[in-house]
Amino acid sequence: MLLRAENLTRRFGGVSALEAVDLELASGAVHAVIGPNGAGKTTLLNMLSGIYRPDSGEIRLGGLSLAGRAPHEFAAAGIARTFQNLQVFPDMSALENVMAGRWLRSRAGLAATLFRLPSFRRLEEECRAAAEELIDEVGLARWRDARADALPYGALKRLEIARALAAGPKLVLLDEPAAGLNPGETRQVDELIRRVAGRGVTVVLVEHNMKLVMEVSDHVIVLDQGRKIADGEPRSVSADPLVIEAYLGAGALRAAA
Amino acid sequence: MRPSGSRASLLALAAALAALPLVLANNYTYEVAILVGLNAITCVGLNLLVGYAGQISLGHAGFFGLGAYGSALLAARYGWPPLVSLPAAVAAVGVLAWAIGRPILRLRGHYLAMATLGFGVIVSIVLSIEDRVTGGPDGMAVPPLQVLGFTLQGERIWYWVVAAVLLAAVWLAQNLVDSPHGRALRALHGSETAAAALGVDAARHKLFVFVLSALFAATAGGLAAHYAGFITPAKASFLHSIELVTMVVFGGMASTAGALVGAAVLTTLPQLLTMLKEYEMVVLGAVLMGTMIFMPRGIVPTLEKVLAAARRKPD
Amino acid sequence: MLTQYLLSGLTSGAIYALVALGFALVYNASHVVNFAQGEFVMIGGMAAAVLVEAGLPLPLSIAISIAGATAVGLLLEKLAIEPARNASVVALIIITIGASILLRGLATLVWDKKIHRLPAFSGEAPLSLGGATLLPQVLWVLGVSAAAVAALTWFFRRTLAGKAMLAVSHNRLAAELMGISVRRTLAASFALSAALGALAGVLIAPIAFTSWDSGVMLGLKGFAAAMLGGLGSSAGAVLGGLALGLVEAIGAGYLSSAYKDVFAFLIILAALVLLPQGLLGRGAAERV
Repeated sequence: MLLRAENLTRRFGGVSALEAVDLELASGAVHAVIGPNGAGKTTLLNMLSGIYRPDSGEIRLGGLSLAGRAPHEFAAAGIARTFQNLQVFPDMSALENVMAGRWLRSRAGLAATLFRLPSFRRLEEECRAAAEELIDEVGLARWRDARADALPYGALKRLEIARALAAGPKLVLLDEPAAGLNPGETRQVDELIRRVAGRGVTVVLVEHNMKLVMEVSDHVIVLDQGRKIADGEPRSVSADPLVIEAYLGAGALRAAA
Repeated sequence: MRPSGSRASLLALAAALAALPLVLANNYTYEVAILVGLNAITCVGLNLLVGYAGQISLGHAGFFGLGAYGSALLAARYGWPPLVSLPAAVAAVGVLAWAIGRPILRLRGHYLAMATLGFGVIVSIVLSIEDRVTGGPDGMAVPPLQVLGFTLQGERIWYWVVAAVLLAAVWLAQNLVDSPHGRALRALHGSETAAAALGVDAARHKLFVFVLSALFAATAGGLAAHYAGFITPAKASFLHSIELVTMVVFGGMASTAGALVGAAVLTTLPQLLTMLKEYEMVVLGAVLMGTMIFMPRGIVPTLEKVLAAARRKPD
Repeated sequence: MLTQYLLSGLTSGAIYALVALGFALVYNASHVVNFAQGEFVMIGGMAAAVLVEAGLPLPLSIAISIAGATAVGLLLEKLAIEPARNASVVALIIITIGASILLRGLATLVWDKKIHRLPAFSGEAPLSLGGATLLPQVLWVLGVSAAAVAALTWFFRRTLAGKAMLAVSHNRLAAELMGISVRRTLAASFALSAALGALAGVLIAPIAFTSWDSGVMLGLKGFAAAMLGGLGSSAGAVLGGLALGLVEAIGAGYLSSAYKDVFAFLIILAALVLLPQGLLGRGAAERV
């Protein structure tokens, strides 16, 4: 079990974005978090990456207790993420974005950096090589040195994924990686997710694209209005009456019966 | 910028600095060159803070003034040799910048601007009021710098001193920018949330750049004091802080070359317009407004963009 | 003694409040902090003083100078703020700083670098109030400032134009969709804040004199007062201005008058660092 979260609760004003959510993420698997709009999916991701502090609840990664820590500490613990509204670094090239992602892994000390001590050069070459490899893997080689804000939308989604992977995280949170992508690009993301999971990285996927979710996930969690209403394998979850009701309304359930 | 590119530009700068004296005709032109160099040292540091890390400081002249007065006071009133008082003063300013930076760098935008502005104003007022220690608004005399029994005096010698320090400053700045630390800073500027998600501790980085830029300013201030043999509180004024920001902004943010160009143009321009001294403020104000309205990225990046577009045309 | 300090503090506080209101108005409409606000104060005082020296009657000089400052405010908005609509916060800060320097430079060219005085509105004979002496001008400052704040409050609560300005400050897009011209609101807010600044300048010039750079400190302190009260809050601006004036006067009176300005800025720094609204409120979670 890579990550265990218990009783996660987060309220904004009087509204309960998440209420007493428990989850367990098995290592090396692809987990999907789905639910209708406003279910709390992005809130959950924000809590798992430290952007929101839980009002109550616990988050344990391995033996480490994470709830209440700053986002950069979550990252240091091995959790990486992409963003629903892209947060690439527009003034840097695609390669530099990915190299920036490698911050936790290959950086020299301040003295070595400022005075260009020998150790620096080796680390920098290593950083560049690793970043180039990732750029190739996600298929962005032709935009490697282009400014990030010049890339097309589909490329930017893949750039964020490459950047998230750069430091070799244990857990990667993908916030709607296929949003706005055409079927061809979606297939690319699907393959990418499989390859990433195949390397042993745990993936959490928030998605609306049900086809992608069903095909690529090992485990599905369903949220509705801040509560977890289903948790299991894709097949069983998709047949769960509570899930159907949440998405399509009670009328659909009656019609199906 | 690729590693080889930055080494080449450093060599180019060294060559330019070595060749410049060939066109400097007299003491006056040397003096202007020295002033450009001192402003450039401060601007290279300020550019790291404003251009790369995306913060703002409207009080950096305060650090410049404190470096100058710190070294002057240690040398003049306590008899320290300037070769020791200068680094000591710079180090002290660094500690002060660290102490002030910790609380105020949590602020953003206008609030940060106000806080840095307040700091600069407080420094310049205190330097003016405490006239028993600092000589007040009329300033105080500063002993010259001595190295190995050699007194550094005169424009020609100081030109090389300032040139050497400038080269070192640019080298350090480039080394920072072209590195994981530099990318972390630029990441902070691009998206603080995403940078945090990559493990970048925003507060620590901002503080580091703030202190580094303060060190650059204090060094320039100390050198200015020992060069001129005199220092006044005007060097720590709000107007001087604005002039420094103007140089960075005008020359080009997130561009060390831009900081150099900005310092060069905006230091020499008033000298050229001495007969039009009364128009100095109008011109400065107009430059500030015009640059930010029409060329918000500054001269060097705008020129780079124009050249890049021109180079692409033949396709 | 305390009464004296309180009175002096209230007087400068009233001026800071007017200047701070100007900042708040502009910030509400455009999210721009207009660093040239202090220059409107200077224009008000200087223009009136110069006109009186040229022989015009006081009331006419005051009216012309306020009108003139208003015109400058409109020009500033049109020529500097509108073209830079989408610029970053840093860029806008620098633009308005540039405007303030430009205006100061123009002031030295159009007028001069000398200190000028505006005659007091109703004479110089000091009055006595509870153990303290005060100039009649102080009553003018307090009275007119209070009237201006009251008039503004009425304007925002009771008139359509005022409510339109409030709407723009709350939600620009929604206001536009309701048919409110954001551009005109922006221009109006600059005009109004310039008028307020000039009014402050005219009120204080008989007491504190006026010169080409008398706007700098007032502008900085007015800005700080607006920040103390919470940037964007008109009521906060007034409270901030009064608070700043009082604390500054008490500090200067009991501790050291030379350090008056330093106290003011130290308070501001402390407030920025310690008061959460400036910190957490702004840096709150972005929507990601």
